[in-house]
Amino acid sequence: MAAKSELAPAPGIRMDPGAAPRGLARSALRAGFRLLGIVPFSVYVLLGLVLPTIAIAIGAFENSDTGALTFSNLDVAAHGIYLTGFETSIKLSVLAAVIPGIVGFLIAYAIFTAKGRAGSAIRRVAITASGVFANFGGVPLAFLFIASLGTTGIVTGWLNDLGVNIYAGKFSLFTLTGVLLAYMYFQIPLMVLVILPALEGLRPAWREAASNLGASAWHFWRYIGGPVLFPPFLGCVLLLFGSAFSAYATADAMTAGALPLTSIQIGSFLNGNVIAGQQNVGKALGLGMVVIIAIVMIFYTLLQRRAAKWLR
Amino acid sequence: MRSKKTLAVAAVALSGALLAAGCSSGSNSSGGGGSKSVNWANCVTVASCGGMKALITAAKKEGQLNVITLPSNWANYGTIMKDFTAKYGIHITDANPEGSSQDELNAVTSLKGQSRAPDVLDMGTPFAIKGDQEGLLAPYKVATWANIPASAKASDATWYGDYGGYVAIGYNPAKVKVAPTSFKDLLKPIYKNQIAINNNPTEAGAAFAAVYAAALANGGSFSNIQPGIDYFAKLRKEGNFEPVVGGPTTVQNGSTPILVWWDYLLASEVKTVIPGFKIVIPSDAAFASYYDQAINKDAPNPAAARLWEEFLYSTEGQNLWLEGYARPIELPTLVANGTVNKAAYDALPPAPSGTLTFPSQAEYNKAEDLVSQDWAKEVLG
Amino acid sequence: MAAIADVQAAPAPAPAIPQRNSRPRHFPVWRWIILSLAGLYFLIPLWAALKFAGVKAFGQVSHQSGFTSALGLSVRLAVITTVLTLVLMVPTTVYVHLRLPRLRRALEVITILPIVIPPIVLIIGVLQIAPASLKATSNLLALEYVVLAMPFAYRSIDTGLRALDLKTLFEASSSLGANWLTTLWRVVVPNLRTALLSAVVLTVALVLGEYTMASLDLYQTFPVWIVLFSQDSGPVSTAASLLSLFVTWVLLMAIVTIASQSSRRRGGAEVALFTVGRRETGDSR
Repeated sequence: MAAKSELAPAPGIRMDPGAAPRGLARSALRAGFRLLGIVPFSVYVLLGLVLPTIAIAIGAFENSDTGALTFSNLDVAAHGIYLTGFETSIKLSVLAAVIPGIVGFLIAYAIFTAKGRAGSAIRRVAITASGVFANFGGVPLAFLFIASLGTTGIVTGWLNDLGVNIYAGKFSLFTLTGVLLAYMYFQIPLMVLVILPALEGLRPAWREAASNLGASAWHFWRYIGGPVLFPPFLGCVLLLFGSAFSAYATADAMTAGALPLTSIQIGSFLNGNVIAGQQNVGKALGLGMVVIIAIVMIFYTLLQRRAAKWLR
Repeated sequence: MRSKKTLAVAAVALSGALLAAGCSSGSNSSGGGGSKSVNWANCVTVASCGGMKALITAAKKEGQLNVITLPSNWANYGTIMKDFTAKYGIHITDANPEGSSQDELNAVTSLKGQSRAPDVLDMGTPFAIKGDQEGLLAPYKVATWANIPASAKASDATWYGDYGGYVAIGYNPAKVKVAPTSFKDLLKPIYKNQIAINNNPTEAGAAFAAVYAAALANGGSFSNIQPGIDYFAKLRKEGNFEPVVGGPTTVQNGSTPILVWWDYLLASEVKTVIPGFKIVIPSDAAFASYYDQAINKDAPNPAAARLWEEFLYSTEGQNLWLEGYARPIELPTLVANGTVNKAAYDALPPAPSGTLTFPSQAEYNKAEDLVSQDWAKEVLG
Repeated sequence: MAAIADVQAAPAPAPAIPQRNSRPRHFPVWRWIILSLAGLYFLIPLWAALKFAGVKAFGQVSHQSGFTSALGLSVRLAVITTVLTLVLMVPTTVYVHLRLPRLRRALEVITILPIVIPPIVLIIGVLQIAPASLKATSNLLALEYVVLAMPFAYRSIDTGLRALDLKTLFEASSSLGANWLTTLWRVVVPNLRTALLSAVVLTVALVLGEYTMASLDLYQTFPVWIVLFSQDSGPVSTAASLLSLFVTWVLLMAIVTIASQSSRRRGGAEVALFTVGRRETGDSR
């Protein structure tokens, strides 16, 4: 019994009235020791992530020229084209998270359930190709799409031969739709890679047992597959959201700034050839991105909790 | 290696190492071989520091020059760097060649005291001014200082114009049958889906200049860039303008046969891959801009940095820029003295007459604010 | 009549076995449709780029000076980053799952941050606070790449761990006399094979494709080198990016093949506990 309590998840206070003060101290010490296990990680995160973020956050409140405390950077960042930038970025990121999330899940399931030697070959190729494409982006990716779907693109040409002129209407590669199409190129592989480990949690034995008991596919997914896979699915979609939100080079190369996105705007402040000396507005925009993701995380937590209740 | 204890020890060691490293002073190679009493980092003119021979000796002793954001096919920099190394035996490291002017200032600050920090900078004027304000630049007057017009150099000699060009319209005659000659021409429907600028005008100097030039062509001025934004919005609505990043690749693959860019880049980057490519300065707007040279105050190789500047502003250096189709700042002097490379000079598109004027810093800031706010709204929306 | 009919009916087959696999049998069609559509979506743009680049351009790429040194630098950084990431993330995630489940949400938040903060903002912040001696070497990049890889590594390892019943595994293992380390190395890790593979693949590909931070830190890694030397020509630069995709893919295939071979050789313990309908302690959300 003592061994079991050693593995108890929560470092709770032991309700043992007989040994009250010493018991409390010992439990607190035990809790402290438990936290020791994440010390290396915490140190690393502190030095590599938290401190630079704090440096940026401080910069957001400083005047670029004098270093004095000011809210003007935040003021600029929250109005006008920069507010539009946040809205467009969020819209694009949600679309570029949910759609590739679903498509990526389907592809991952298709790969995962492939059997035999062909199956394992497909899996190997798919995993490595996903790794490659998940990090592909920027100017080369933009060019790939211009070369296929641009006004003189190869696919545009094929469609023209078939009698379909996609440019007759309002379609253009240099809009939100076009950028979304290009974003899927790295979002889908990313989803495939991060959801694949979750699929292992769906034991084939469960499927067989369920159909033995007479369950249809719908029943299986509603009561077993869904509850097991939905939380990690949501987590992966969150990751995709973050990835789309901060992506910058691809949209920049494809639309040359015609689409207002926060990440591109940050680039023009911190990394540009036109706007000089307003870097701290860029840092304020960066701070804004962190705030938005914090809000998204709150929604995410609520959604997970709601889903857990619903799928129970 | 994975036991808790070892992890804890490793964590303490890692933090300790980082802290200890932070306490030690960074490497700092001061200029000069140490034998002479001259501290080249403080040298303002070569005459006052012992003359060219002393400079060359000191620079050769340093043996290294760090430059930054210089693409090899930009204004002939590839050849310039090669010739400099061949002449003086000093090795050049070109970091981040696709980088921006802001990157240069960032590198100076973040790599301060490191031997990798950039020695010399080539940036747009707003950035040079900013660098001067932040105290990052060293004052230096090249031997031919008097030939640089007063409007193109800082009063405290921390930055000085080097080369520049005009906003020009480049087009591929194989795809573009009727030659455009002005911004007004570009509105014609025959140019549907063919026109691009080189990037986002809130990010790229050449694109911003294109908007400025369009403003001048449509009744605007240095203090009023709105007509330029309206022009591109109209061009987009008619379907002529493609808001894509234009460059030699998009011209080659046919998606943007007409490109509005600096005349010297159209010549050195696009014309070299598309024979027959034509470049014309728009008849209704002449907008020119010059970049500026500067020396890092904490340059790890101060003597080499100053020798580089002397090289660039010598007749040889200025002509090398000319051969890159750019207009060197001392071009009028070269022409007057007859030392100009005639063939290269004649190859330039005919320049509009009259004196060159540039927007003031205040006008520039106002224009840039307006473009940041309105570009996406008007051109996309 | 009835007798003859009976005799004729005799060899009728036994009652049919319920077609258990009738629904899954439809699935293979879906699988091929999905995979073919995906294949088209990913391969057509590559084909378009290939057509533009032409075959000649490829020869020019690998013969350029600096190819091997840039690739070598990137590979070295990839190895350091991957090792550091796994050593940091696997024990930490296992530990949090086991002992501190309430911190799981906090961990999720922390590990999503690197992906949201644009790399350019991060590198400027890092260069502001990093000590000079660290800035002088390219290892600073490796350390920062670990931060960038963290979201993907954590997500993979976390989803992999959700499928395991860690408490039971550890209890069973310790009751057989193994300590924490042995359990981790010989029981948990082999069960995390897919998760670890996915984490490694993502990290290596990330390092081999990361441009912004390396170029701002002024180091010539493979992606930086590709942009550097291919400025002159569109076809060459397109060929260079395609080649970098291919090189990364070959590297990843090598890793995947070696990993699956070595685990087969070692006879890794793949313990799959039968836990129908059992979820992780859901209240900790």
